[in-house]
Amino acid sequence: MNRTVTIGLTVNGNPVERAVEPRLHLADFLREELHLTGTHIGCEHGVCGACTVLMNGDSVRACLTFAVQADGAEITTVEGLGRVDDLSPLQQAFREHHALQCGFCTPGMLMTALDMIRKQIPPTQAAVRDALSGNLCRCTGYQFIVDAVVAVLAANVDTKEGDG
Amino acid sequence: MKPPAFDYVRPTSVGAALAALAEHAGDAKVIAGGQSLAPMLNFRLLAPAVLVDINGIAELDYIRDDAGGGLRIGALTRHHRLMTAPAVCDRFPVLAEAMRHVAHLAIRNRGTIGGSLCHADPAAELPMMAVLLDATLTLTGQSGVRRIAAADFFQGALTTALAQDELLTEVALPALPPRTSWGFHEFSRRAGDFALAAATATLTASDRRAADVRLAVTGIGETPLRLAAAEAALDGRPVDAESIADAVALVRAAIHPMDDLHGSGDYRRHLVGGLVARALEDAWRRPRAQSGEPT
Repeated sequence: MNRTVTIGLTVNGNPVERAVEPRLHLADFLREELHLTGTHIGCEHGVCGACTVLMNGDSVRACLTFAVQADGAEITTVEGLGRVDDLSPLQQAFREHHALQCGFCTPGMLMTALDMIRKQIPPTQAAVRDALSGNLCRCTGYQFIVDAVVAVLAANVDTKEGDG
Repeated sequence: MKPPAFDYVRPTSVGAALAALAEHAGDAKVIAGGQSLAPMLNFRLLAPAVLVDINGIAELDYIRDDAGGGLRIGALTRHHRLMTAPAVCDRFPVLAEAMRHVAHLAIRNRGTIGGSLCHADPAAELPMMAVLLDATLTLTGQSGVRRIAAADFFQGALTTALAQDELLTEVALPALPPRTSWGFHEFSRRAGDFALAAATATLTASDRRAADVRLAVTGIGETPLRLAAAEAALDGRPVDAESIADAVALVRAAIHPMDDLHGSGDYRRHLVGGLVARALEDAWRRPRAQSGEPT
């Protein structure tokens, strides 16, 4: 019991190798081992969506994925999007539409929205609400988040996001 | 909460996975998508000594044609792929629709058909769909393979016929009759939550008479149920207010939902009747099925 496993993966384009306990979930791995604290932990049982990251391009719950399972994977976190002085199109849309207040849910919202761009979810209120239904926000009432995502999907922005 | 400590193996073949299960007899859990297992570990409802991760077994991830228009689906097929695969959308549109109700996008990216069936949550969609579609499940053990009807696989809440040293490897869906039409209705408190109840139906119609009627419900007991008496009551009749009322009465008589946190048994009995009626109305009205026969 308790033996560690050495894993190698790519996080936001950077190769990473660490020895981890099998029970360490990916969200704790990102935060505690790599100090990438943009990935937030809300419920730790897959309900709130705050810890959503991309794994090989697909959105996943980092609290329901063990770090050992990410061995060999490409992970993208919110730190892999834009920077403060160079926001990604999605981040820019969130800013313009006032799509965040306290910001706790925002990384998960952004990563889910990235997956929606990749999966070519239609830019309608209904489709976006459906695809965002697994991400809880306690501040905004969702309307502005939905507006921001619809705007980006509608613009069909050719983003660099997701490349990590 | 953080999960208890466990060891971890990641076999790359079914044989190696079965060997790992045998080695840790009774104290290992298979993890596929982990979307039900990881929460149970995080809640410390389970404390297996070893997790056998089958995500590296590429041979279990497939959707293949089967004889006569059916499909063979590998146990590691993710929900999102199942929901969007053209073969599923064309031949089993009722399954594609049901998948839209399975949790959320990020969960569907990871969760697998095998995991959902083996977890056997009494309110989950996939067990009900397996029962509706007369699925046959392939259970593979070190001593060989056995095949079991979905209706016999689900034995109770979170309880199946799968032995501890077996792996569910494949789900076979026989083709639906030509021109099958369908309905699916679910009620949950929030989008993506487990169903309080759900109902689904398939049927064929000619000369304003229903045939090949299948009806299944979930959320009303420990396992999903096919409703043979209600199916028989609809056979050969138009699906109208009168026949629906007969079917709903038979459904309500056949189920024994319990009171729980989310609603009383009486409420669920009432609710599922309404869902059955809507699923039947949709199946009757929905034009021209997509079950493989040219229109």
